[in-house]
Amino acid sequence: MKSYNILVIGVGGQGSVLASDIICETALLENTDVKKSEVHGMAQRGGSVVSHVRIGEKVYSPTISLGDADYVVSLERMEFLRYMEFVSKKTILISNAQKIIPSSIINDAELYPDKDINLYKKNFKKSYEFDAFEVAKNLGNPRGVGVVMLGFLSVFLPFSKENWEKAISFKVPKKTIETNILVFRKGLEIGQNRLK
Amino acid sequence: MKVILSGNEAIARGAYEAGVKVISSYPGTPSSEITDVAKGYKEIYCEWASNEKVALEVIIGASQSGVRGMTCMKHVGLNVAADPLMTLSYTGVNGGVVILVADDPNMFSSQNEQDSRHFARFAKVPMLEPSNSQEAKEFVGRAMEISEKFCTPVLLRSCTRLSHGAGVVSIADRVEVESKGLETNIPKWVMVPANARERHKIVEKRLIELGIFSDESDINRIEKGSDKVGVICSGVVYNYVKEALPEASILKLGMVWPLPLNLIKKFSKMVKKLYVVEELDNIIETELRSRGIKLGKLDRSFLGELSTDEVRKLFNKKLPKVSTVENLPGRPPSMCAGCSHRGIFYALNKLKLYVSGDIGCYTLGLLPPLSAIHSTVCMGASVSMAHGIDKGSNGEYAKKSVAVIGDSTFLHTGINGLLNSFYNRGQSTVIILDNTITGMTGHQPNPATGISIIGEPAPKVDILELCKGIGIKRVQRIDPFDVDQCLKVIKEEVDSEELSVIITNRPCIFADRTVIASPFYIDKDKCTGCRACTKIGCPAISWLKNEKRAYIDESICTGCGLCIKVCRFGAINQRGK
Repeated sequence: MKSYNILVIGVGGQGSVLASDIICETALLENTDVKKSEVHGMAQRGGSVVSHVRIGEKVYSPTISLGDADYVVSLERMEFLRYMEFVSKKTILISNAQKIIPSSIINDAELYPDKDINLYKKNFKKSYEFDAFEVAKNLGNPRGVGVVMLGFLSVFLPFSKENWEKAISFKVPKKTIETNILVFRKGLEIGQNRLK
Repeated sequence: MKVILSGNEAIARGAYEAGVKVISSYPGTPSSEITDVAKGYKEIYCEWASNEKVALEVIIGASQSGVRGMTCMKHVGLNVAADPLMTLSYTGVNGGVVILVADDPNMFSSQNEQDSRHFARFAKVPMLEPSNSQEAKEFVGRAMEISEKFCTPVLLRSCTRLSHGAGVVSIADRVEVESKGLETNIPKWVMVPANARERHKIVEKRLIELGIFSDESDINRIEKGSDKVGVICSGVVYNYVKEALPEASILKLGMVWPLPLNLIKKFSKMVKKLYVVEELDNIIETELRSRGIKLGKLDRSFLGELSTDEVRKLFNKKLPKVSTVENLPGRPPSMCAGCSHRGIFYALNKLKLYVSGDIGCYTLGLLPPLSAIHSTVCMGASVSMAHGIDKGSNGEYAKKSVAVIGDSTFLHTGINGLLNSFYNRGQSTVIILDNTITGMTGHQPNPATGISIIGEPAPKVDILELCKGIGIKRVQRIDPFDVDQCLKVIKEEVDSEELSVIITNRPCIFADRTVIASPFYIDKDKCTGCRACTKIGCPAISWLKNEKRAYIDESICTGCGLCIKVCRFGAINQRGK
């Protein structure tokens, strides 16, 4: 099997850790090796959160090397900018158009780096942006941003829809299984349409 | 069966499978989740101890009673537990003892990045170092076997990358280990000098035997590659070496103390050039050089973490050119909306006091706009350092300074400092930020919470009565959301020429979700744009530049009401009131 390096990026509380857990679980169901690395602790406190997920026949390092990310999944519009060192001309960006204003510029929201976002998207092989928060909210699951993004990502990975959905039902709270599968399918549909 | 487990979950699983009966730990990042997960296995008695020294001593007792025990702590926790460790090395064990120590290279959540491998050498006990989740699980069982076979405690070393990483693990059933029964053996367990001298001989002999075991055990293995370059490595670093130098021959150490010297000599003869790649201190390298083993020189820093790229750099491999974006608006951690510490730090900032801080969420009081922490050293240090500031200035600075310490940290080692201040007629002011929980590490209960590790009602230490019981006259509780009361009481107590203790009375917003009230909002017409409410540093309050007024994000606001206490224009109102 081809190997895949996926960087899942978000802001504390958005569910990026859960999203990366679901990728790992799906990889396990697909019978392939997988490793994940992230640093906890500040997740609850509005900090930037990044998970490295590596999938392949045999994975050693839990972290991705410089320029070696295949996919960057950014749950917030600007957050991917902090991890550009993992990006090269092979990297595909999938980002959520939702902005979460950093606390450091909460009194001056116009310092939000829209210019940098547009500039650095050019470093990617391809970039896709859509409002995953809007999608999740409209389907009655505003906390499902990460799972919407996974739906989009799933278009690129050789994993079956059944296994993705099985992994989602393992990892999300029981009460939210149905609505999470709903937002996953919507994300997948958006991805398929965008790739047409 | 195969499952995905984090390093910490795998260690807990390893304890379960290895028949561990007792786990006693004090939470500390990145080790906390091990005990938090293990408590779910009903076959293991788990408890949160008041500190790491207590936890290890509990495990020594469990071992004496005949069963397998484990304690888990972060690297600095082992400093606290060092006292029993050093002598436990002499007594040895009855039931197996494993001490899990999780290092934090790069200090993601720590005050230093000490290398715990020094403790294995220092205490003359074996240390194992797993490289992934699968080994993290297996090595608990192997450590137990070594502990019982060689009558020694065994250190199991993790690190942030392992503990908070995840991978595929094959799990198995639990194998029960029968209790050996309470061991009575005076020469072994009573470390008076005459007995300890005999035991020290055994320790030295044991270390030689462990060296032979290390040479022969498959826990250390040679992976033959090219004969040009050979690398000795262990733990997570092994993974980086495998990727950075796929051609190299590797000696992977699962046991990093004592070192398998004969195996290393054998390996050194197999390769033209031999290197040691290790994270943090050069412990293996120094040891091997002292034994006359020739090693290639690497220009390696003792700071922070290694990675595949860092290993490539050490061996002069080309790295890809990548770009980074400078000066991005940061997302620094901040005290949560509704945090009960905020009012105290607002008052301390207003009073311009010198604040001896401690270890916990309240270290975030350092950040602007609260900016009210002047030192952070180690668990419990705030109380004793404030006493030193008092004594060093003949009482003068006691009137300009306070100590702040959380409930869990106070009960960990802060109380010892308070006893000392009382006995030595100190006049410092100690503020105990009692939010009824161990916050930063993930909301574990402590002796003053009233809840057990598994969430059942438990006996509750009354911190106020505890301080009064010491004999301290000036002890009182205050409401940290009542700014005027905070300012008045702190001023009075700092001015008084007696030791005083102020205890706050609001729970952590995550410990008790019932305290969340309906949110506040700002009345556009009444807001004068004075910005007083933005000075409390609440993440729910922001400044609308164009409208020149403050704004409350009602989806974040927990209704604590601190902001209305600082608004002089009555512009802040509560929804539904």
